[in-house]
Amino acid sequence: MADTIRAREQRTGWILIAPALLVLALVYAYPILRSFWLSLFTQNLGTGLEPVFSGLDNYARMFQDGRFWQSIFNTSVFTFSAIILELILGMGIALVLDQSIRGRGLVRTIAIIPWALPTALIALTWAWIFNDQFGVVNDLLLRLGLIDVGINWLGNPTLAMVSAIVADVWKTTSFVAILLLAGLQSISQDLYEAHSIDGATPWQSFRQITLPLLMPQIVIALLFRFAQSFGIFDLIQVMTGGGPGGATEVVSLYVYSSIMRYLDFGYGAALVVVTFLVLILVVAIAALVISRLRTSAGEKL
Amino acid sequence: MAKLELQNLNKTYSPKVIPVKDVSLTVDNGEFLTLLGPSGCGKSTTLRLIAGLEQPTRGKVFIGDRDVTNLPPGKRDISMVFQSYALYPHMTVYDNIASGLKLQHMSSNEIRERIRESSGALGLEELMGRKPGQLSGGQRQRVALARALVRRPEVFLLDEPLSNLDALLREQVRAELKQLFEAQNTPVVYVTHDQTEAMTLSTKVAVLNRGDVQQLDPPQRIYTHPANMFVAGFIGSPQMNLLHLKSDGKNAVLGDYRIPLPGGFTSPPDVTLGIRPEHVRLAQPGDAHSFQGRVFLVENLGMSNLLSVQLPGSENRTIRSLLPADRPWSQEDVTLALPPDAIHWFNTETGERLSNNTRPLVSNTANSTPLADSNPRL
Repeated sequence: MADTIRAREQRTGWILIAPALLVLALVYAYPILRSFWLSLFTQNLGTGLEPVFSGLDNYARMFQDGRFWQSIFNTSVFTFSAIILELILGMGIALVLDQSIRGRGLVRTIAIIPWALPTALIALTWAWIFNDQFGVVNDLLLRLGLIDVGINWLGNPTLAMVSAIVADVWKTTSFVAILLLAGLQSISQDLYEAHSIDGATPWQSFRQITLPLLMPQIVIALLFRFAQSFGIFDLIQVMTGGGPGGATEVVSLYVYSSIMRYLDFGYGAALVVVTFLVLILVVAIAALVISRLRTSAGEKL
Repeated sequence: MAKLELQNLNKTYSPKVIPVKDVSLTVDNGEFLTLLGPSGCGKSTTLRLIAGLEQPTRGKVFIGDRDVTNLPPGKRDISMVFQSYALYPHMTVYDNIASGLKLQHMSSNEIRERIRESSGALGLEELMGRKPGQLSGGQRQRVALARALVRRPEVFLLDEPLSNLDALLREQVRAELKQLFEAQNTPVVYVTHDQTEAMTLSTKVAVLNRGDVQQLDPPQRIYTHPANMFVAGFIGSPQMNLLHLKSDGKNAVLGDYRIPLPGGFTSPPDVTLGIRPEHVRLAQPGDAHSFQGRVFLVENLGMSNLLSVQLPGSENRTIRSLLPADRPWSQEDVTLALPPDAIHWFNTETGERLSNNTRPLVSNTANSTPLADSNPRL
């Protein structure tokens, strides 16, 4: 009897999630599988845009492609620099906002604004801020007498990358801060009081109470930020267009060029598949870490 | 080991919010002081001032000869058990207990030894590898106690440690606490709103209301000689009958009856008569102050019946009487006696006690323990 009720409940459950599954299949599964299929063909101007089966040729070509490896390197530099800075600054802001200061709600709302603004707009603004002739940064440095001639921020390979990272950190630190703040607020104040009675200094409490209990939020923040940074397109495209000389060309910009500019559909699809696999791998690792943290923390108090 | 002393301790948040007003008291080695009072009376704030979790606006805290008023909590050599237990959820039971010792840079051998000594009595050996989330409420309680005991501090502070336990477990742990802290020769300060805990555990009770110490006495004396109407009404269950009466200077007037006031004081126009329900008994021939009334409510508490009786007269007064459950009651007339020895007199205006000549009285009802285990909540 119980079994039939269970079976009926399960059937109802499947019926209820069927529409969502269908939408997911159309929006996610189909494009992914289609890209994978396309990556096994050569389809470019050389073949008259007709698909010609070429097996793993596209992948083999990727290994020889210096521009591909450069874009992977650029993406990695951008991603790791940005998320490490965002984590450190975001933690600092979250710790400040966690104190019961006057007007905390207002500050919290203001802090989230950069994240809510459209990326293209921000990229344009930052491009002007770093402009070599009219930019605010050069103007400040000149007035302070730190430099004699304006720096060509976006024209220098290293400085262009630095500028892009600064813009990204400015935009998304608040997202990390809000995520960490939610975690901080779920840690009972009693724990800090008990720890201080035990003789702990604030730094010891941060290391022994805050960090371990905040670990799930930290991993989630890193995961979100990794996925977004690794696929970054709009900010770089608007700010530097991947220049100068490919110094800031990230993977998604290269994919875009391959497909939209060179009309090399098969190779572009192979690039998409590799990027996709890298992201899936990182997400899987993060999910594993989070579930480990959950089980080791036991049932939450 | 050292005594704890509070001198004129005051905490002011704003001119109108003063949770602790001028509290002075001393707790000696081996003394168990309970801060008792309703919510918002300042008992928890007082405890937090002792712990150093709050800074006093005025006044000083001494532990032994040390003025600890400006020391951070970790430097005061105190342990505290929190109402929520405040166990670190990501650490095992062992690490929770060891946490304070590790922060003192004690060697791991010594820590293991200390934990073995202090947690043996609490039966925690089997649980050492578990996390707090895998423990029952009673077990968490024990871990919190072990964490406090293992430090061997100069002063123990406990903030409503039993309030998260269910009623049955609470009684059991209460008894264990009494044994545990009788063995410690240190001052203990215990905060509770539960008078049964205060009565059973303490050597001394401070009844607090609105930041003021209303009375500081051994528990028995607080029961027999409440210093004012607040203490009289707060201590004892069922609550003391408090009747506001007119007086002519020599007698208090209750309906058609006159009750002589004890001599030796100038009486105000109004007095309040207090008498505990367990002291109001059925009148026998020859009793002074017996009154006729009509029973209008009977509450059966198992061991006894709590009768609410309407007294004659226009004022619509009621008095409650705790009688042995040896017969059923219906809405009938009864004659009740108010033994003069058991009557407390208070100044209605100030609430202060008027007479100090009330002798402890052996209850006439079957349940002869003063605080009557007839607490209806249990």
